[in-house]
Amino acid sequence: MSQTAATEAPPAGALPAHDDVRDDAREGTGGTDAAPAARPVRKPRLFARNAVSFVVLWALMIAVPFVAPNFYVVSLVNLFLIYVILIASLNLVIGFCGQISLGHAGFFGLGAYASGILSAKFGLTPWLGLPAAALAGGLGAFVIGLPALRLHGHYLAMATLGFNAILVVLFNELIPLTGGPNGLLGIEPFALGPIALDTDETVFWLVWIVSLVVMIAIANLVDSRMGRSLRAIGGSERGAASLGIDTYRTKLATFAIAGAMAGIAGSLYAHVNLYVSPETFSVFPSIMLLVMVALGGTGRLWGPIFGAAVFIAVPQVLLDFADLELLLFGLAMLIVLIGFPAGIAGLADGWRRWLK
Amino acid sequence: MSGESIAAATGDILEVAGLSRNFGAIAAVADLSFKVREGEVKAVIGPNGAGKTTLFDMIAGVTAPSSGRITLAGERIERMPAHKRVDRGIGRTFQTLQIFTEMSVLENVVVGHYPRGHSGWVNALLRLPSGLSEERREREHAMALLERVGLADRANDRAGDLSFGDRKLLELMRALATGPRLLLLDEPAAGLSHAGAERMMEIVAELNADGLSVLLVEHNMRMVMNLSHDILVIGNGRFIAEGTPDAVRTNPDVIAAYLGEDEDA
Repeated sequence: MSQTAATEAPPAGALPAHDDVRDDAREGTGGTDAAPAARPVRKPRLFARNAVSFVVLWALMIAVPFVAPNFYVVSLVNLFLIYVILIASLNLVIGFCGQISLGHAGFFGLGAYASGILSAKFGLTPWLGLPAAALAGGLGAFVIGLPALRLHGHYLAMATLGFNAILVVLFNELIPLTGGPNGLLGIEPFALGPIALDTDETVFWLVWIVSLVVMIAIANLVDSRMGRSLRAIGGSERGAASLGIDTYRTKLATFAIAGAMAGIAGSLYAHVNLYVSPETFSVFPSIMLLVMVALGGTGRLWGPIFGAAVFIAVPQVLLDFADLELLLFGLAMLIVLIGFPAGIAGLADGWRRWLK
Repeated sequence: MSGESIAAATGDILEVAGLSRNFGAIAAVADLSFKVREGEVKAVIGPNGAGKTTLFDMIAGVTAPSSGRITLAGERIERMPAHKRVDRGIGRTFQTLQIFTEMSVLENVVVGHYPRGHSGWVNALLRLPSGLSEERREREHAMALLERVGLADRANDRAGDLSFGDRKLLELMRALATGPRLLLLDEPAAGLSHAGAERMMEIVAELNADGLSVLLVEHNMRMVMNLSHDILVIGNGRFIAEGTPDAVRTNPDVIAAYLGEDEDA
């Protein structure tokens, strides 16, 4: 500090005219015609930070249907991409906005059942089911967030967990619609004209493009005015409020957007799997999603990609251990979370800095 | 700097009348009334527990008053939520820093432009050109503010990596970015080195010279006496004295209640 004071005291004349700041505010023009900054400011990129690297990664994944040794691997990649959407949208709420949610699988379920029921019971095309699922997930999150986001920390966690539990009860009990504990059968696949996307290789393209669009939207959001305001809440809610940010509304909007994205993931899941049942959307998957956010790297754009990869790959690796699988999984997670609290993405950042 | 320079003040930016706040049976602030004139630096001093923080929180909108009125430039604001008061022109810093440590230094100040921004959620998700040009203007303006306190070189660093003193300057510039008419400074010199406090004092004086009204809570008496046009002294949430630094310094009630205990201040 003393160094700053000693070396960087500019003459008063060098200051930008302060009046400009206030005049802008009063006129509400949003214009900021300050004295030209002596230092050039980097223009905002046309494409958001990380959006380009997402495009590159997704471009590499084009090869998957061609190089995958069997359809099972493709089906795993489909599931991976669906979970990327889920974990990335939850990361928006937890990592960037700093709000704990233990009900994300519930919104996933709302989307899956909305799209699935519309298809199986009403014969509606999945192309309309997909936006309906986004609406169901977003609206569900909005309605739940309305009371829950008045709460903080553990209370918010408990409230969202409770709502998830209620949703599971509904999925189980509304048997005429949901099929109850036996699950919902008769869901139609996506179709392009006469071609049904009913194999893992064909539906891959749909999952691929939708997940890419969602990830670009998230990269855009994080690097925007509203994104900065929700990240500010994650940094300090009091600080954010002191800058004119309506923290409650911003949290609610973030929650709803994340819920809508989870709904989209749900629709993809329903029409890829062609079957949904309540346990996929229960409290335990919600907790797993939260763990995957942390494991991948909380509040890091690349975190969910690592988180989803672990979520899909590790059970495959541990398959031979049968009952020991869950135990080893849990143990590995514990080690990572204690040893590397910034998650895998944080670890990668650390290496990059070390290499420089 | 003294009271004479604002003798021709145009009016009151802030008026507090009969303001009280009770926590249970305890009156943290009791029937306080005072004014901040446009372009003035007003300090609120008092021993620990005098109610300064509660008073600040009520003006900023963090704590609701039990009774009384708060008027900002003619508009009643005591029932207004905190974020709306920012739109009306109240900017603030915190006694315990509330910067966004995970964001860059520049981003911290860019967020401060929020009240003047327009782009919403759709713009955010689709990254529309209008949002980008708004962001460019905000960045330029934020950079000019950072230059003002010598932090332009650190613009792309993580805010949490700044020194404590730099973080205080950053928080001040972030508050300034909202375009305030009245700046609430909660112990701006606390925790700073002597040089840091001098620098902070210089900057606040410059902001005031540009026309910004300031309400200051501060324990650093050198800063209070040098910066303030007017000082309000409170103790146990009640009014003790009010006047120019010289008048307050020699007021027997003040000496008894406050300065007497703190000879070296």
